[in-house]
Parts: sequence; structure tokens; C-alpha cells
Amino acid sequence: MQQHVSFPVFGQNDYFNYKNPQTLENRMPVVDAKKKTQDPIVTGTSVIAIKYNGGVVMGTDMLCSYGSLARFNSIQRMEKFGSYTIIGAGGELSDFQSLSNTLNDLVTLDHCIDDGSKLSPSEIYNYVARVMYNHRNKGDPLWNSLVVMGYQNGSSFLGKVDLVGTCFKDDIVCTGYGAHIALPLMRKAALDNPNMNLEQAKKLIEDCLRVLFYRDARSSKKIQISVANENGLEISEPIELDTYMWQSGEAAVKSFSQV
Amino acid sequence: MTSVGSGYDLYVSTYSPDGKIFQIDYANKAVENSGTCVAIRTKDGVILGVEKLVPSKMLEKSSNRRIHHIDTHIGVGISGFLADARQLITRARDEAKQYRQVYGQPIPIKVLSQRIASYNHVYTLYGSVRPFGCSLIITGIDQYGPQLYMVEPSGSCIGYFGTSMGKGKQAAKNEMEKIKFTEISTRDALKEVARIIHTVHDEVKDKDFELELGWISMTETNSVHQLVPQNLFEEAEAFAKAAIEEANQ
Repeated sequence: MQQHVSFPVFGQNDYFNYKNPQTLENRMPVVDAKKKTQDPIVTGTSVIAIKYNGGVVMGTDMLCSYGSLARFNSIQRMEKFGSYTIIGAGGELSDFQSLSNTLNDLVTLDHCIDDGSKLSPSEIYNYVARVMYNHRNKGDPLWNSLVVMGYQNGSSFLGKVDLVGTCFKDDIVCTGYGAHIALPLMRKAALDNPNMNLEQAKKLIEDCLRVLFYRDARSSKKIQISVANENGLEISEPIELDTYMWQSGEAAVKSFSQV
Repeated sequence: MTSVGSGYDLYVSTYSPDGKIFQIDYANKAVENSGTCVAIRTKDGVILGVEKLVPSKMLEKSSNRRIHHIDTHIGVGISGFLADARQLITRARDEAKQYRQVYGQPIPIKVLSQRIASYNHVYTLYGSVRPFGCSLIITGIDQYGPQLYMVEPSGSCIGYFGTSMGKGKQAAKNEMEKIKFTEISTRDALKEVARIIHTVHDEVKDKDFELELGWISMTETNSVHQLVPQNLFEEAEAFAKAAIEEANQ
């Protein structure tokens, strides 16, 4: 005899009655249905940023890896939000895109309200921190390390938020491998030259990204540098880093292929 | 009014024998009691002008705004009950936001206007509700260029080169007929709108009013809707006053 199976119909009283063995929820355990993505797929690596005398500079490379595969090599990992803020992201690319949409809605609403005040970098930073912390509390974190920087009313802003909602402000902020490799270099540079100007800060970021390119296997030498200062926000065109002249090994490679 | 007391005007779900829904007519009356709103579309952008009647000297300037932003590329002028309009504004913002989330691009003005019109229309179908006592002029720039639509309490949604609503709508339309919409520049249209609002203002019935000007233009505002900046606003208002002075002599 065929067993009668009653599928729950939405709106029916017993829809949420998990004790009824006939319900869909019991045949498909809740645990499975609610299981969240626990690891990132397409990822960006470090973001590094430093305050200089009169603004903030941030740098990222443009690589988004698929595991260890260098999958997408021309992805911008920094975005402008409103007139004063730039956020740089490492980690899951799609999560950052989703966060960008949320923030752009916020910026649009701010434009609609039109009360003469605009979202400040610290407002956006705190909002992002709440979003990240909320997601982690739901067991469904946005898998990103974010660096928030901005410049408004003559003061610089620089802070970091990560996937568990930890957030802090600092004069030098790095994420991922950058926090291990670039951060000590940048701290030393800042100590040696406390009143860094824009050019020096840009050079420092570039140098650090070069070091990261040498040491971090998920990085690339195609980079972007963004600046927030009294002239507003700017995200540079892609820059190809000058690196060690690998051509010197070319002869050996050629001779190997000719064997 | 002949309809009063006939019993056909109690619900929006009842037609009168000659085919009218009186509640919608009454909603239009609510719009006609309010300050004039004018909009002109040029080949480059759209100008919105509102005659904001000031009922009390104690009101703070720029309160009770009647030009609102919906998205970065859309602005709306309202006439009628401000509170009713505010609900439509909120709805419009939600629609614009939802369209962006679903399709990843800004909502076309026509689509937004039709959605708001549908929303209005729903409020003309049931005995339990009343129609919105307000009309909207929806302006913006999308992939099809500058757009101008008017949405009324009946749920109609019509595109225009230039249109008006509120108290002085007929006078404003007469003024607008002289304009060549395909030739006029956005800056000239701005002055025209200011002039029309000043012209149709009835100094006998309503004493004070505040002019509100909003615009969106591909060259002037980078396709972002905003209130007209102070210097251009003053220039336009000075032009309007001078033109009226000249006409009176």
C-alpha cells in the first residue's frame, strides 16, 4: 500500500509543527536547511592603508583568487560610498558586492533626505561594523576584512572591520597577509618620517604592495591606490608594479624547452 | 455640486448613473486647492517649480517641502495633501530601491510612474479606502533621456513636455503654450518656470508664498536631481519679478 504523504501547505495551521513526523522539516533536518556557507570561494587578499599629513592613502592589488587559482586579475577592490568615504575589501568578493549594494542604498537614502548633512566616514564605518557583527551573530558572516577610510571637514579617518565584527581605528591599518608583512614595514616608515606627505605615502603603499607580491602567493602586481583628502576621493587607474627583472631567468627556461 | 446628497459619492466602489466616481473627483478637488506646481522638460533636463503657500509667518523657511528626491536620478513635485503625498513618496523610494536590487540599474522614470499610478489606482477600487488627495509630477533622466510624467488620484499616468497642477494649473498651461520645448535651454526653462509660478500666484486670495525650484540636467547637474543652487535660484526669481513688473506697466 502506498503511504500517504501530506506536504505542508503554506498557511496551514500545522506548518511549523515539527513534532509531526509527516512534515517536511522532519524529513529534511533543520540543521541541513539552515547550514550557512562556511568558507569563501572567490577571494581578494590584503588591503593596506596609512594616514599621511593631510589625508589617507589605501592600496590593494586587483586579483581575486578561486582557491589557489589566480582566477580574476582585474577586479577593483575599493569602492567610493558618498562623498567622503572609500572602503577596501579583502575576502569573499560576492559578500563585498552585497555589502556595497546595502551601503549604496544607504547613500541614496541620504541623498533623498537632502537635509544638508551627508554620511561621514565614521558613520559608514560604524554602520558596516554593525552589519558585520549582526551577520556573524546569525552564524552567517560576510567573509571580508574591510578597511574604511575617509576625509571630511579637515580630518582623516581610518578604521578596520573584520568578519566577526571586530573593529578599530588606527593610523596604519592592514588586513590579511599585509597585517603580518606590510604593517611592521609601514610602522617603521611612519616612525622614521612622522610627517609623511602624499607622494611619500603613495610610495610607501606601493613598496609594501611590492613586498606582498613577493611573499603572498595570492597576490598580484597589478594594483590600485586610492586617496582621500581635501580634494575629495580618488581611486587610481590600475598600476603595474615594477618588480624584479625576471627576464634574467628566461635563457634557462628557453634552453629547457629546447631540450 | 449636484453629487452631494445623491448617495453616489459615499464610496469609491459606486458609480453615479452618468458614469462618474465622485470620490475621485473630490480627490482632484483636494489637489486643486493646493499651490501650483509646474514642470518643463527640455532636451537636456527637467525643471520643477512649486508655489509653496505659507499659511503662517511663524513657519520656518523651507519647511513642508514639496519637491522630493526619489533616487539620485528622480525628483517629484507634489500638490494636494502633503501627508498623502508623503506616503506615495515613501512608496516611490521603495520601488526605486527594489528595482535597483532586482535589476542592478536605476529604475526608468516611466516604470516608476506606472508603478505609482497602479498604487494610486488600487485606492480607487474598494469601499474601505479613499483615493489619495494628491497628484505627483515625476521628473528624471534615464537611458531614454529627460522624462516628465504626471500621476493623478485616478491612477492615470501621462508623459508631458510641460504640465502643471494645483490652483493655477489652467493659467500655467496657457503660459506654457508659448514655449518651444524642443529648443529652450535648461537655464532659460528655469527662468520660465520661476516666471510662470510668480505669474499664476493670486495675491488677493493667498498672501505669502515661497518658490521652490528643483532640477535635473545632463549638463548642469550631471543627471542628479537636486534643488536649484542659491545663486541660480536668485537669478531666476529676479528674472520672474522683473518680467511681471514689465508686463504690469
